[in-house]
Amino acid sequence: MSNEATAHGHPEVVTTHESHHDEHGVHHHKETFITKYVFSQDHKMISKQFLITGMIWAIIGGLMSVLFRLQLGYPDAHFQFLEDILGSKWAKDGQIQPEFYYALVTMHGTILVFFVLTGGLSGTFANFLIPLQVGARDMASPFLNMLSYWFFLLASIVMLSSLFIATGPASGGWTSYPPLSALGDASEGSKTGMDLWIISMALFVVSSLLGGLNYISTILNMRTKGMSMTRMPLTIWALFFTAILGVLSFPVLLSGFILLLFDRHGGTSFYLSEIFLTATNKALPNEGGSAILYQHLFWFLGHPEVYIIILPAMGLVSEVLSINSRKPIFGYMAMVGSLFAIAILAFLVWAHHMFVTGLNPFLGSIFVLLTLLIAVPSAIKVFNWITTLWRGNIRFTPAMLFAIGFVSTFISGGLTGIYLGNSALDIQLHDTYFVIAHFHIVMWVSGILGMFAGIYHWFPKMYGRYMNNTLAYIHFWVTLIGAYLIFWPMHYEGFAGMPRRYFDYSQWLSFNQFGGLNRFISTVAMITFGVQLLFVFNFFYSIFKGRRVMTRNPWGATTLEWTAPIRPGHGNWPGEIPEVHRWPYDYAKDGRDFIPQNEPLGANESAH
Amino acid sequence: MSTFFLLLILFFGFLITFQIAKASEYVGVLRGEKKNFEQHNRINGFLMIVFLVLGLVGVWYCNELYKGKILGESASKHGEEIDRMLYITIAITGVVFVITQILLFWFAFKFQYSEKRKAHYFPHDNRLEVIWTVVPAIALTVLVGFGLFYWFRITGEAPQDALQVEVTGKQFGWIFRYPGHDATFGKKYYQNISDKDNNSLGLIWDDANTHDDVVVNNEMYCVVNRPIKLIIGSRDVIHDVGLVYFRQKMDAVPGTPTTLWFTPKFTTEEMKKKLGNPDFEYEISCDQMCGKGHYTMRGVIKVVGADEYKLWLAKQKSNYSMVMGEKAAPAGAPADSTKTTAKN
Repeated sequence: MSNEATAHGHPEVVTTHESHHDEHGVHHHKETFITKYVFSQDHKMISKQFLITGMIWAIIGGLMSVLFRLQLGYPDAHFQFLEDILGSKWAKDGQIQPEFYYALVTMHGTILVFFVLTGGLSGTFANFLIPLQVGARDMASPFLNMLSYWFFLLASIVMLSSLFIATGPASGGWTSYPPLSALGDASEGSKTGMDLWIISMALFVVSSLLGGLNYISTILNMRTKGMSMTRMPLTIWALFFTAILGVLSFPVLLSGFILLLFDRHGGTSFYLSEIFLTATNKALPNEGGSAILYQHLFWFLGHPEVYIIILPAMGLVSEVLSINSRKPIFGYMAMVGSLFAIAILAFLVWAHHMFVTGLNPFLGSIFVLLTLLIAVPSAIKVFNWITTLWRGNIRFTPAMLFAIGFVSTFISGGLTGIYLGNSALDIQLHDTYFVIAHFHIVMWVSGILGMFAGIYHWFPKMYGRYMNNTLAYIHFWVTLIGAYLIFWPMHYEGFAGMPRRYFDYSQWLSFNQFGGLNRFISTVAMITFGVQLLFVFNFFYSIFKGRRVMTRNPWGATTLEWTAPIRPGHGNWPGEIPEVHRWPYDYAKDGRDFIPQNEPLGANESAH
Repeated sequence: MSTFFLLLILFFGFLITFQIAKASEYVGVLRGEKKNFEQHNRINGFLMIVFLVLGLVGVWYCNELYKGKILGESASKHGEEIDRMLYITIAITGVVFVITQILLFWFAFKFQYSEKRKAHYFPHDNRLEVIWTVVPAIALTVLVGFGLFYWFRITGEAPQDALQVEVTGKQFGWIFRYPGHDATFGKKYYQNISDKDNNSLGLIWDDANTHDDVVVNNEMYCVVNRPIKLIIGSRDVIHDVGLVYFRQKMDAVPGTPTTLWFTPKFTTEEMKKKLGNPDFEYEISCDQMCGKGHYTMRGVIKVVGADEYKLWLAKQKSNYSMVMGEKAAPAGAPADSTKTTAKN
């Protein structure tokens, strides 16, 4: 396989078909449907596979949130159609049952965090942009790259199938804390559903590692001539750090899951100690385990995971902001440095999720310090983005709108992180709606806005057509306004201490004052979800019917992907790979609108 | 039927939006790409400033709407410190929020495309970078300083005279244990737990210290202005003792006891008058996902005067006497019960 892998990086093999002498004979002149669209080893096709799978997941995960928002907004209402669709076990008399509600929130979290914002976001843009922007024919190992997608799909199928088993899918929250997740007798969802959840997540980790190792080796080894590390676009830097974070932290998560599997089926006591179950009226034999150990293992991935989500979005946004402001990204080296700082600190803050688990207060104080330290590189990035806009000549392409929206929500959600990272305040805000508001704004909304910016911006490169602008504008404004209307008021519910993951608040004296607000949030959530379907429609319609791209470089960008043909074949550039002579942000320099990276420095021109 | 109509309406709404979008695309082509782009750019630039203004008004309006519904005065002394910390944080982050959002959308509006404008080549400026590294660092140092100061006060040792109560979570309810007049919790072992035999905590009857331990369900009493220390555990999965009005929270972990302490400032009766709500109770909410009944896991803390507390405790029978019958030792004598201290 390594033969074949290196063959792709080799110019002659792919570009000049007559000298095609690959002994494995995988790629002939005519690709079959199977090798082109299904078992493709072309990074561009794999990227589209990730994107479309991610979009399907986003719709399923989003639909789940609509269902449980229906319960939260209208706890007393009967929706007969729910029983018709879901059956009387999950929606008796048209009312969502508690077990089903908890299954929904669990799957919603798992799907959107891992399958959409990790697989869908990194998988799409790392695959698409890394070879095209560093000037490589394909990934270091196209075969492993293909496997990465197929493991992702396998993980998806296992996770999806868990929705259809009799006891229902996992329902202990996306974090799946034991002992709840370890004991089938403690919860319906901890029976077969939990096993499938663990198997699916294990497959997902494999996929992510195969992808990550590939991204790192491609970036380090396969840059074209002249493409020094400091001439790489910020997208590549961001994807590089993302891959490193994933490779170092996902194995720890896997180890946590394997111990959980042993506790479930092997009779071990890693996480279990002194348990008496009311449901069975029996005491378990396990003693001496620590339920908190799992939380350490989980959050050692779990926290870097949020940066795995947000770093690619930051990279995409930096690129889009600079191109559409028609001026260089402000403080390139500071941007790279702050990405690096965030990547390092990401490994040192995990216990801030555990301030109220009985953690030693002194240990907690160290994590407070390190957590709030992350705000410094984040602030640098925000100010640099804002300065990039300053005195630009801004074009509001759909991608640009989403990029500006990203900066806005990243500020809003980032600032509330300062509340939660401060342990004294976390006592009051922990596990309330404040947390929901915080991570949805900073991780979900920012992440998905960044992803939309990327999709709208690189769609012409992916499919050789444009998406419909009018629909894109509607999509943007409704999404941004909707996101704020949904999540902003949740901060207030959080100040009031309203706990998350409650099925119904009506019996609580302390939390039942927000009934009207919950209805409002549910309504806005449904509208916002509906508009996302508009985007999905626009996406697929434009693949086939969109306005054709007529020039190679429609946005007037400097990076290498826009020097490739409008619809590049496998191998990306016919003939030589372009050589790079300058950094990727020469906009508005020396009176010129932009200077592509592959243009040599002029006689009197100074390098950046 | 109404569902069907709703879907039909949605479908047509969708179709109309799409047709309009398609038509506007054609119009754009007819009118010329440049002109079309400039018009779209102006509209979106204008919407940027509209969004900023309406957004800031919305933030203010939301605040007006809900400031009465979020927590009022804290009912514990620790809570006052947490509230103060909250206000400091809101002040600092609020200023940053308003300034950065205004800059972001205002710049987007102001520097929108114009044929006359030339973008300014401005790749870096070390002075600026230093400013926005150092200023946030200082602000965060202030926040960390205040935060840790309060954190160590709140998580520090409970005072010697604190009332001690053991709290145990189970699916789905709370069990409380008072140590009785010997001020010592008797030993327990989870294998002894038997709801049938009325030994819900697995107390070991061979240990004489258990004989006067009082066990109650779902409702506990404590004394106003006297520190109370909760020793928290769980019988099955992880729960969390959430005390909204006291601004306290601590996980209940099976096999690993945790603690928290605070000093209640108002009795339940006083709070009823303060809030004008005759139904008011201090609720214990479970704040850690624990299964399908998570949202029903409600407990109540009755904060009363010292005399009323003595009276209440005197009326309770010890768990031992309930199991062994009347001949067993009586529960904690009222006179001694308030001396329950943190010596053990």
